[in-house]
Amino acid sequence: MKMRMKIRQQLKEGLFTRNPVLVQQMGLCPVLAVSTSLCNGIGMGLSVLAVLLCSSVIVALLRKIIPDRFRVLCCIAVTAIFTTAAGQLLQSFFPPLSDRLGIYVPLIALNSMILSRTETFAFRSRVDAAAVDGAVQALGYAMALLLLCAVRELLGSGTLGGGLLGAGGAGIRILPEGAGLRVLVLPAGGFLTLAVLIAATQYILRRMAEKNAAAEKEAEL
Amino acid sequence: MNLASLLSVALGAILADNFIFSRFLGGSSFLDNSKTLDTAAGMGLAVMCAMSAASVLAWLIDKFVLIPLRLEFLQTFAYILIIVCLVQLAELLLRKPLPALCPKLGICLSAFCPKLDACLPSVRTSCAVLGVALLSTRSGLTFVESVVFGVAAGAGFLLAIVLFACVRERLEYSDCPKSFEGLPIALVSAGLIALAFSGFAGLQIR
Repeated sequence: MKMRMKIRQQLKEGLFTRNPVLVQQMGLCPVLAVSTSLCNGIGMGLSVLAVLLCSSVIVALLRKIIPDRFRVLCCIAVTAIFTTAAGQLLQSFFPPLSDRLGIYVPLIALNSMILSRTETFAFRSRVDAAAVDGAVQALGYAMALLLLCAVRELLGSGTLGGGLLGAGGAGIRILPEGAGLRVLVLPAGGFLTLAVLIAATQYILRRMAEKNAAAEKEAEL
Repeated sequence: MNLASLLSVALGAILADNFIFSRFLGGSSFLDNSKTLDTAAGMGLAVMCAMSAASVLAWLIDKFVLIPLRLEFLQTFAYILIIVCLVQLAELLLRKPLPALCPKLGICLSAFCPKLDACLPSVRTSCAVLGVALLSTRSGLTFVESVVFGVAAGAGFLLAIVLFACVRERLEYSDCPKSFEGLPIALVSAGLIALAFSGFAGLQIR
């Protein structure tokens, strides 16, 4: 029971109140780069999930063997191993997706979000806790990434699922042809959309904090 | 290999495919270290050196070690190793003659340091440096082209971060909506600069 409560708390923090992208603002480079279509986001999100989960477990298993001095180096090495594996799997099973993600798959190895989770959390916790934390943080990362992808693809090109669904992989058309704002698919659109998403998160979090403070004041009275 | 192709590699890396505004490499370090002009310039210069060296080393390793041994799948691993060593070396070389400059450059923080907080800046920039290494070998450049590509990518990074720091210094005194304070407004201005940079797309030298 207690465990379940704890996981729920962690889930809330990872997905929302301490979301790695929207609140902690880490690992932004792949988020901005691949978020032009929903399929890219799914591919990237799953890769990050797999890499972070596996590296967290391995780092937690090795935490007593690794000398403190080489902690960061070992974390990078473990992550690089799983990134290489993920890259190979993507390349052999989903070659078009792997081409579109390009160099951003190998760059997962130096993602600051993954490094900070393995290095600060997995290195100090038991295997099960590390696995849960890795999965939750990666889910939060993937959720923010998918949100950004959905907004950019829907408003930018008026489709969803381009490259996977629809006739010839063109995606399912939701807005009429030519209604999209092309700028959102350009690199500039990544910056602008992420800015709006982070601003919205900051607004909601501030409102929540204000509400909590007001409720506490009322309880005191 | 002629002058025109070298020029187009260089212009592409500096303007059309600018590392920050079109490829987003080193995005986090760029947003963190661009608050004042002098940290931005120091950081940009350090990254430029690292990128040039990484591009050359990656090409050499690829050509003389990985391809002959058919170990191309270890590319990522090998490059990370080089980059970590490079950062170490830069630290050793710079700490003695320029101890005051060292923290400013942000590269004295290496992968061996015990505290993560101190380490993240270097990890974030090494993401961009790894990006240069991967791009220069994956796009099949010749040796001279990869040298030019490394230097130009670094110059593009420097240009971007200096431009952005100038904008950012003015943003400090601006009155923006509360929810946009901090990163969002920085991202909006980065987006506007990126929009300007997208005008360079399709720039070609014949």
